[in-house]
Amino acid sequence: MRLVTVRRFSQVFFLLLFLWFCITATVGPFFWQLRGWPINWLLELSPLTALATVLSTGTLFAGLAWALVTIVLTLLVGRFFCGFVCPLGAIHQFAGWLARWGRTQAFRVEANRHRRLQAVKYYLLAFLLALALMGSVQTGLLDPLPLLHRSINLTLAPIADKGLRVMSEGPRYYASAWLIGAVFLAAVALNLVLPRFFCRFVCPLGALFGLMSRFSPWRLGKTSNQCGDCRLCEEYCEGACRPSGRIIHSECVLCFNCLDRCPAGRITFAGQPSAAGEAGLPDLSRRGFVVAGTGLLVASMWELGGLSGANHNPGLIRPPGALDENRFLARCLRCGQCMRVCPANIIQPALLEAGVQGLWAPVINYRLGRSGCQLNCIACGQVCPTAALRPLSLEEKLGLGEYAAQGPVRLGTAFVDRSRCLPWALDRPCLVCHEMCPVSPKAIFTRTVYEPIREGRDLSARVLSQGVDLYAPLPPGINLASGDYFLRVHGQPEADFRRILGISGNRLTLAKPLAVVGRQVFYGAKVDIMVRLLRPYVDAARCIGCGMCEHECPVSGLRAIRVYSENESRSRAGRLIV
Amino acid sequence: MNRGTDQKVNRRDFLKRLGYASALALGACGLGLALYDPRGPAPLDQTKALTGLGDFTAKNLAPGQAKMAIVQGTDRTVMFEQGLKALGGMTSFIQEGDRVLIKVNAAFASPPSLGATTHPEVLAAVARACFNAGAAQVLVTDNPINDPDSCFAITGLAAAAHHTGARIIMPAASLFSPVSLPGGKLIQNWPVLVGAFPGVTKVIVVSPVKDHQRANASMTLKNLYGFLGGRRNVFHQDINGIITELSQLLRPTLCVLDGTVSMITNGPTGGSLADLKETGTMVLSTDPVAADALGVELLGRTLADVPYLAMAQAAGAGQADYRLLKPVRLNTTI
Repeated sequence: MRLVTVRRFSQVFFLLLFLWFCITATVGPFFWQLRGWPINWLLELSPLTALATVLSTGTLFAGLAWALVTIVLTLLVGRFFCGFVCPLGAIHQFAGWLARWGRTQAFRVEANRHRRLQAVKYYLLAFLLALALMGSVQTGLLDPLPLLHRSINLTLAPIADKGLRVMSEGPRYYASAWLIGAVFLAAVALNLVLPRFFCRFVCPLGALFGLMSRFSPWRLGKTSNQCGDCRLCEEYCEGACRPSGRIIHSECVLCFNCLDRCPAGRITFAGQPSAAGEAGLPDLSRRGFVVAGTGLLVASMWELGGLSGANHNPGLIRPPGALDENRFLARCLRCGQCMRVCPANIIQPALLEAGVQGLWAPVINYRLGRSGCQLNCIACGQVCPTAALRPLSLEEKLGLGEYAAQGPVRLGTAFVDRSRCLPWALDRPCLVCHEMCPVSPKAIFTRTVYEPIREGRDLSARVLSQGVDLYAPLPPGINLASGDYFLRVHGQPEADFRRILGISGNRLTLAKPLAVVGRQVFYGAKVDIMVRLLRPYVDAARCIGCGMCEHECPVSGLRAIRVYSENESRSRAGRLIV
Repeated sequence: MNRGTDQKVNRRDFLKRLGYASALALGACGLGLALYDPRGPAPLDQTKALTGLGDFTAKNLAPGQAKMAIVQGTDRTVMFEQGLKALGGMTSFIQEGDRVLIKVNAAFASPPSLGATTHPEVLAAVARACFNAGAAQVLVTDNPINDPDSCFAITGLAAAAHHTGARIIMPAASLFSPVSLPGGKLIQNWPVLVGAFPGVTKVIVVSPVKDHQRANASMTLKNLYGFLGGRRNVFHQDINGIITELSQLLRPTLCVLDGTVSMITNGPTGGSLADLKETGTMVLSTDPVAADALGVELLGRTLADVPYLAMAQAAGAGQADYRLLKPVRLNTTI
């Protein structure tokens, strides 16, 4: 079989494998759902992720060791990953081919000419790796694997799945998905400008592979320096690596399209350098590194904003198992796996909630999803490829067994907004938050008060044996017979309350007769209509910040109970109660 | 001469263009007039609302047949089967070819051992009995509070349904349509899980017995909350009112109230075995109010603590003084 055919099969295989892993990243009982499928495997193959997290944390986390396989193979044969494995590369290659359908040979050859700007990706790589060394991993923004996972799982798949309902029963929501999708579509659309535009000019992973292929013993090259100037070898050259002349070895993506196209058969993949000479890298300019360095200087100013310390966003709730902000940003790839897998759909890509440095990192939005953070779910930490969200066990999340002493993982603390809460602000019974609280004993408790309703004080009434005739108009918009309203004799604060059971005209039926001393029927009584309110309070020592209360709060706009990051387990600095 | 022919062609062109332009102008005006709306939009989206989910009570029950059974015991399957026998067997309620909808309480993604949801053993026993009585199809549904997939999976209800051949109906948004309950104040133009009902001929409500701070007790009638969609929590402002209206939303064929273990505290979520108490009782009843009235006793409360039962009785949903139904009492442990 020709090498080109092998490459095409390989590209299709890995693209399908990627899509399969997208589907299997679903919590559910079926074999094709989350049960040991290595859904992070493609992400873990990226040496850029491995290197960046090694630079930022000093360790190589679990599955990221798969990158060693990629590294070894790349050291031996060059950028095979770009040509054979990368699913985004396959998409680019296909789009670039489609965009040049029916064009002339000369046009194609010109499109695949090497361009000096292909050096840009090396500056980007330098910038991103230096940033990682400073503790901020931003590689995932441009690393094709996190980029593709995020783009498909959070933007295209939810749209495609609306009718299919394979990946979730109900519709999925992702905040600012349009931006993630726009970046992805722009990257694909750039193939209209030049084939594999992203791979040639932008991809920092490709740049890293380019550097790694420096000493590869097997490489593409010419067997002889004699060459007519036909440049047919470049008609379909994916890397724009100049096989016709002095090949730029770091740019060759091993598409092997040149092999069979040389009419003289002078191009081979062999264990010897090209007879026409080689360049290890594109021409890199000092200017490029100056720009990268300036960018680095700007990025170093992020910390001046104090977002991971004193100026942290109190509304920023990270998923369970998240490390403290600095250590979290030293690992998070923004691959979106946690957002994809969350059955409640509350893990969302941040826009600017955590600053520019936290773009598209996971943040919990208790309004957008299906519920709060479900007590018995640990999916997000289990799928996180870099342990930015630690792989919690259920015992650790709930604070059981050996974790009993440290207690459950807290995402934050719920605060009641007394200016919006129905029983606090509007004299309406409610208590949904208390009902939803999944902690045992509940972290929300209540205090019962009886408040006279508006226009319900000091009303003239005739007291009968089982009820009361009111001489005042009944207050509008309130169902006095709902079981939450009571009557008491005015001016006797210690008098018992009598529940109103029914209304007929102006006659109120009571659960027990009003106590009026010595009289069966009493004209000219004065009564108050009281509403019984159970007002919610949060016990910060028990609250885990799961947000069930916030999600279900009937005050549907700005919720009347909201979770803030105070007391979150992940940061010692955020500790609230002592 | 050339000019003359040019002009001739031009005239024909002109007439052609005039024809196209006139046709388009006419078309535009016609379309505009056809769509003309002098009044403007209604303040709210006007959709046709149903008036309820229907009356599924078993007709032609034999005269003198017991309508309520109170069964003591510890084995849910045995208790259900014995209780059913006392009510004349499932064939009293389900006939050949019936399409049965079982309303479970799957509100929370919590394991069956914590008692916050309908126990899967009861669901399995009910579904099996339906099939044995000749039901053509058994459907199971709820619109839970947590993520529905997780709820049905973790509660064990999905597995129980799967093993007995019953089908779970997930509360997809497309299944909800508005209902306006005649005489109702709360359920007006409100989204209800109507889409679970096409072709359904019998409804069985299977509920746990739970503490509930706002309503004081969550049993059969409160379980019907799970038919509501939308931001239904606003109705907690009038919890007794909404439960009373739910008792009018539909009339079930049979109610199974499982108080084998009851959630005494920290309801309706529970979360700890310490919140549960073995109360060793299961009620089978055609009357949801009567079933709940007994459930109140299991929780150690009185009817006065749970105003919605008297209100539901006044609305005609059943009998809060369940003794009047002359319930059959059984003990499966002897």
